[in-house]
Amino acid sequence: MSNLAIRVEDVGKQYNIFKETRYTTLREKIVETVKSPIKTLINPTGSEKFWALRNVSFSLDHGQVLGVIGKNGAGKSTLLKILSRVVEPTEGWAEIHGRVGSLLEVGTGFHPELTGRENIFLNGAILGMKRTEIEKKFDEIVAFSEIEKFIDTPVKRYSSGMYMRLAFAVSAHLEPEILVVDEVLAVGDAEFQRKCLGKMSDVASEGRTVIFVSHNMSAIQRLTQECIILDQGRMVLRARTPEAVDYYLTNDFSASGERRYAPSDVPSGAYPFKPLAVRVRNRAGVITDSMLSVEPITIEVEYELDSDITGLRVGIYLMTSRGEYIFTSFDTDDPEKFQSLSVRKAGHYVSRCTIPADTFNEGRFVIGINASSYMVKRYFSDERAINFSVNATGAPGMHWVEVRHGPLRPRLDWRIEEAP
Amino acid sequence: MTTTAIEQKKKPNVVIIRPSKGWVGLRLGDLWAYRELIYFLTWRDIKVRYKQSVLGILWAILKPFMAMVVFTIFFGNFAKIPSDGIPYPIFSYTATLPWELFAASLSVASRSMVSNSNMISKIYFPRMIVPLASVMSSVVDFLIGFTILIGMMIYYKFTPTIAILWLPLLILLALITALGVGFWSSALMVRYRDVGYIMPFVSNLWMYLTPVVYSSSMIPEKWRLIYSLNPMTGVVEGFRYALLGTARSGSVMMILVSSVIAVLILVTGMFYFRRMEKQFADMI
Repeated sequence: MSNLAIRVEDVGKQYNIFKETRYTTLREKIVETVKSPIKTLINPTGSEKFWALRNVSFSLDHGQVLGVIGKNGAGKSTLLKILSRVVEPTEGWAEIHGRVGSLLEVGTGFHPELTGRENIFLNGAILGMKRTEIEKKFDEIVAFSEIEKFIDTPVKRYSSGMYMRLAFAVSAHLEPEILVVDEVLAVGDAEFQRKCLGKMSDVASEGRTVIFVSHNMSAIQRLTQECIILDQGRMVLRARTPEAVDYYLTNDFSASGERRYAPSDVPSGAYPFKPLAVRVRNRAGVITDSMLSVEPITIEVEYELDSDITGLRVGIYLMTSRGEYIFTSFDTDDPEKFQSLSVRKAGHYVSRCTIPADTFNEGRFVIGINASSYMVKRYFSDERAINFSVNATGAPGMHWVEVRHGPLRPRLDWRIEEAP
Repeated sequence: MTTTAIEQKKKPNVVIIRPSKGWVGLRLGDLWAYRELIYFLTWRDIKVRYKQSVLGILWAILKPFMAMVVFTIFFGNFAKIPSDGIPYPIFSYTATLPWELFAASLSVASRSMVSNSNMISKIYFPRMIVPLASVMSSVVDFLIGFTILIGMMIYYKFTPTIAILWLPLLILLALITALGVGFWSSALMVRYRDVGYIMPFVSNLWMYLTPVVYSSSMIPEKWRLIYSLNPMTGVVEGFRYALLGTARSGSVMMILVSSVIAVLILVTGMFYFRRMEKQFADMI
């Protein structure tokens, strides 16, 4: 009973959409108030309300590591912000036993003009560390961040990688009883991510309480024992991690596997090509943005042609989440097909391709689309049309718990023979 | 009292998070617990202020000094504003210095919440620290500008009297006023960015309501009390009294009235700030 770390009861957070997107000016407020006194009295901001989080309840003991999964906008960040006291809930209450440290976004409060050394102290203080505590950990922080040589250089001269490393190092060395982490692992190179993961599991194994939000299912699986799944602000499941991840990946929580184009998204120069949608489907044909490495992935582009186009090719770019190209492919790459389809008639089409199983490593990937006639015109292109994530469960080499470099994870036919 | 303190120690750091309604307590204990952050933020503001400026810290001297020169030329020489028999340069500099302290503090404090929005929307700490630290950082500029005043006092042969002991209190009074108004304006500015445009104007107007370029002896006797409702009147009047010995029968009364008003502004400002605090992260 006394081991309780966090208890959340019926917590909800309501936002005004209007307030969120822009701030009011005094003049608007005055004009508004004069114009419609009654309306203003009833609804002072004249805005729509929506619940970012509602009826969420759970409790967590000290030493437990809880994962929070959900697609964008499910309320994960709102939950963390409430627990770290950045925002107040609209209803319900929570009880927290112990100091909370949050890694909501590393590097908060870093000042570009100050040196690395100065920023360590400043950032530490902002995160609630005592000066003596920072002094004690100073060397460790510097060593972890690997920026010894530049410690007295203003951070504005740092590369983004150095900046991230330093920022994470400070946050990672604060020793709260309860640590709240949001997506830190989405940044940095593979080497650094591995280091972060290592530090995270150290923290977890030291018996501290961690709440961990991530899109990275393999990180979730490695670090947490239990997860909650949020969807549209509600808690839909609390279960042991393997079960929760499975539930999340197989259920259609990530309907974002589809990108639709409204007429307003399409520039007039695209005529007569009119994109309608881009979709990613798993083996079962379900539209989702969570894929398994061991299953084939189908990508389709749906479009209309308002008139005939000569020499049209519709294709995709596949990129890593950092924007490095992995490959480009067009629906008329096959010369014979290109010949036979030299004029594509006006009409409604779907161009579909399947990427074979055992292609991708775990991570997030971005698909861009392109519709053009070679050397004539590029009708339409969207470099970041849609993205999907790949889970490497069952992929080659998963019996070694380590980050594999590179975006691909092919199953190669290795032969081991005794040399003559 | 003691029993509750012991009980609190037994159950360390239990935080209850729940929606708050309307006016809330000030929680000054939280401010104390985060005193190191106040120090670091103040230090950051000082450190960053003059980075990449050629003259650097010299600006702290130049600003009040140039103001004094302009005032002396236009108000002292051309307009011949009486200065109670004191040479006009030192008469105006003695007032410009605390005025600059106030005006600079107020200006950074007003902007402080918005300019630190990144921190506020990401991490919890008592929000009152932000305007507080920004006010503190102006004190350094003031102290540097003060060295010029000492030089001028030697030049014009003013020997300080025992009245100089008032100074720390008067500086505090200027800071309290700036902080009080700063709490109001920074909290309002989160909601209405217009405040950012209004404040320089308010500050300008306020200077002419304060005896910076003229002497308060120019104000008719019957208006003096109302005049001293402006806390900066007490500060400036006090500075001249403490350093130049311009004692007048009403001076102490003026300082007292000003102090009461300043504290009133501070306390109401703090409560208003705390009331708005819960919305900051949502609105900023």
